[in-house]
Amino acid sequence: MTKRSVQFKIYRYDPDKDEKPYMQDITVDLEPSDKKLLDALVRLKGKDDTLSFRRSCREGVCGSDAMNINGKNGLACLTAIDGLPQPVVLRPLPGLPVIRDLIVDMTQFFKQYHSIKPYLVNDDPAPERERLQSPEDREELNGLYECILCACCSTSCPSFWWNPDKFVGPAGLLAAYRFLADTRDQATTERLDNLEDPYRLFRCHSIMNCVDVCPKGLNPTRAIGKIKDMMVARAV
Amino acid sequence: MSVAKRTFDAVIVGAGGAGLRAALQLAESGMKTAVLTKVFPTRSHTVAAQGGVAASLGNSTEDNWHWHMYDTVKGSDWLGDQDAIEFMCRKANEVVVELEHYGMPFDRTDSGKIYQRPFGGHSQNYGQTPVSRSCAAADRTGHAMLHALYQRNVRANTQFFVEWMALDLIRDSEGNVLGVTALEMETGEVSIFHAKATVFATGGAGRIYHSSTNAFINTGDGVGMAARAGIPLEDMEFWQFHPTGVAGAGVLITEGVRGEGGILRNASGERFMERYAPNLKDLASRDVVSRAMTTEINEGRGCGPDKDYVLLDITHLSPETIMKRLPGIHEIAIQFAGVDPIKEPIPVVPTCHYQMGGIPTNYKGQVVVPKDGNPNAPVTGFYAAGECACASVHGANRLGTNSLLDLLVFGKSAGETVVEDLQSGNLSLRPLPADAADFSLSRIARLESQTNGESVFDVGLEMRRTMQKHAGVFRFDSLLKEGVAKMAEVAERAKRTEIGDKSKVWNTARVEALELDNLIEVARATIVSAEARKESRGAHVRDDAPDTAEFPNGRNDNDWLKHTLWYSEGDRLDYKPVNLNPLNEGTEPIALAKRTY
Repeated sequence: MTKRSVQFKIYRYDPDKDEKPYMQDITVDLEPSDKKLLDALVRLKGKDDTLSFRRSCREGVCGSDAMNINGKNGLACLTAIDGLPQPVVLRPLPGLPVIRDLIVDMTQFFKQYHSIKPYLVNDDPAPERERLQSPEDREELNGLYECILCACCSTSCPSFWWNPDKFVGPAGLLAAYRFLADTRDQATTERLDNLEDPYRLFRCHSIMNCVDVCPKGLNPTRAIGKIKDMMVARAV
Repeated sequence: MSVAKRTFDAVIVGAGGAGLRAALQLAESGMKTAVLTKVFPTRSHTVAAQGGVAASLGNSTEDNWHWHMYDTVKGSDWLGDQDAIEFMCRKANEVVVELEHYGMPFDRTDSGKIYQRPFGGHSQNYGQTPVSRSCAAADRTGHAMLHALYQRNVRANTQFFVEWMALDLIRDSEGNVLGVTALEMETGEVSIFHAKATVFATGGAGRIYHSSTNAFINTGDGVGMAARAGIPLEDMEFWQFHPTGVAGAGVLITEGVRGEGGILRNASGERFMERYAPNLKDLASRDVVSRAMTTEINEGRGCGPDKDYVLLDITHLSPETIMKRLPGIHEIAIQFAGVDPIKEPIPVVPTCHYQMGGIPTNYKGQVVVPKDGNPNAPVTGFYAAGECACASVHGANRLGTNSLLDLLVFGKSAGETVVEDLQSGNLSLRPLPADAADFSLSRIARLESQTNGESVFDVGLEMRRTMQKHAGVFRFDSLLKEGVAKMAEVAERAKRTEIGDKSKVWNTARVEALELDNLIEVARATIVSAEARKESRGAHVRDDAPDTAEFPNGRNDNDWLKHTLWYSEGDRLDYKPVNLNPLNEGTEPIALAKRTY
């Protein structure tokens, strides 16, 4: 049997020793058990331990290993090696400062997430038991609460690239709608006020890059549309 | 080398479920608290929990905490401490309802209450019939919980130090705990976190095994730090092998699949669990199901070309049920097993999943060690909760959904105890020894200067293979003895690890080398404790302790109804009694009995 191997072109930058970033050509032999891109990267790291990337759960739920794979954002752990055009070109997520190799500084991304007050607001005295919510009302949260904060969406969005400090971005807006859609939440007015701004919400031009890359199959554009509908509804 | 120092009332290490729950207690009480975490909080491994969190809410079937307590004690094979178990089961409704109030998106019953599903080993009326006790958000309960807890901490303005790895526990000459040293991954700088209270919530070390459901980050950092600082580790021989890891990939398939009606089948399509657990069948306790599966495979009834797995079948469930209740499993089966579970069964094998043992604590979350004749003397300033701790509520085998409950109850309890101890003045900022950071700095300096050393990748692989072969689902006296010797060799090699990456910035090679030090402590503790325990109990089943009339299931309560304590120095073992007395006087103890399902 011929050995499987993967040819990579990987963005490398270590501020401790490199004057500027460069693309490294490197090939790694795989074991039969290596199925996903992350398996190949771990194999590669066994050969060259200076390659830096984040990873944890390796099953697409922690959101650590988002990167730009052959020009498109995705999770290394959910990307099958077989079928990937080679050389596989790996770059850090676009639009955020690179710290080292495939590791980006996510401060701005989380700042926007935090800016929408990502927590339930309900100031009624807490009842002794759970607050009731009908199965239908609960279903409104499907497609919203599953976000893993990997940043694939926001860092594929041109509006976020140009205005990461002003535009909340698809991930943050998806989270905003997750709370707007929750029948238990009481802060609808404040949440909409918080987004009533030329940039925070309205910089979304529905080009849907976010939908295209979301590894969880979520649809931030639809959520953003629903927030815009709520804005319109309260204006009339 | 100068080392920066930061001072807090409390430092919490780890921001998974237990750490976040403890942090909330402290932040909302106004204590100056630092939460150190080597990954962004929502990347912690709690995120991967699927099936649910136990609470006897009784939303679909009648239930009460007494039944839950009975199931948990029985599940633990009577090695769990009954005071802690009573405490946990009684607190369950409160902490789950709190979580709902924080915004957790639980699934709902038609009447709008929290949806509950059956789970392995959970029963009505002291073992009679399955009960719906697992409170679930589809099959993404851990994700929903971790995000809800993080979000609540955002509201509480908790101070996080994200991508900081704790290195070592700082103790003074009297053994009091004064904080930790930690490495900021972005800069490579080491700092001291000096605190009145230190809470470990660092999770388990499932990565000591080759085949594991656990994330890469589950390297037992807190357990390793405690062991290096002279704290004994409790009951480390008990590891849970989850029955349903995806064959080959190790990724978890929740027991909730069987809770929703899934069936395990062998090569001839037989529902084999009927032979091993006539009453609860596929919903027997995890250790029982994992052994049954392994027996089927060992006796030639496995599936596939190499007859090395069994099948988890949900093809009889409606596609609507699967997509509503098990959407994540549908995704995982397609991604990692290459099958659509609506049409085809999923290949599964028992896979290392959970560490029942850990840092010894009491139900208040205080770390306790033997001292002056007291087997459970609190260590001043030191607390632990969640998988890194051993309270001990899981004993020799944990029930599914009790881990998420454990981290809520004991995360909160540890937080409350710290707040009480701070407010009552029991804790003070004790002076740091001059050499507080020296040990950590010397570990890093050794990595910098090591030449002709061992590869972290190779030593880690050897450790995982050794554990897999020598301390698996079934254990053999000869293999355990060989395993102890082999692991001692691996540990020697780990002292000479060498890394190629010398950068200060985000040096993951260095992080992995430091993590390996922690894993090695856990692996040694496991194999040494397992070799020594000459009985079968819960997840620890040996060939030389079979089922006999004198020792049903091979369990020997005369000699082994006791907790193991392993000390890193010299691999020394000690033991302490199991607490068979519940917390409150009115609560009936659960009497010793043979465990059958």
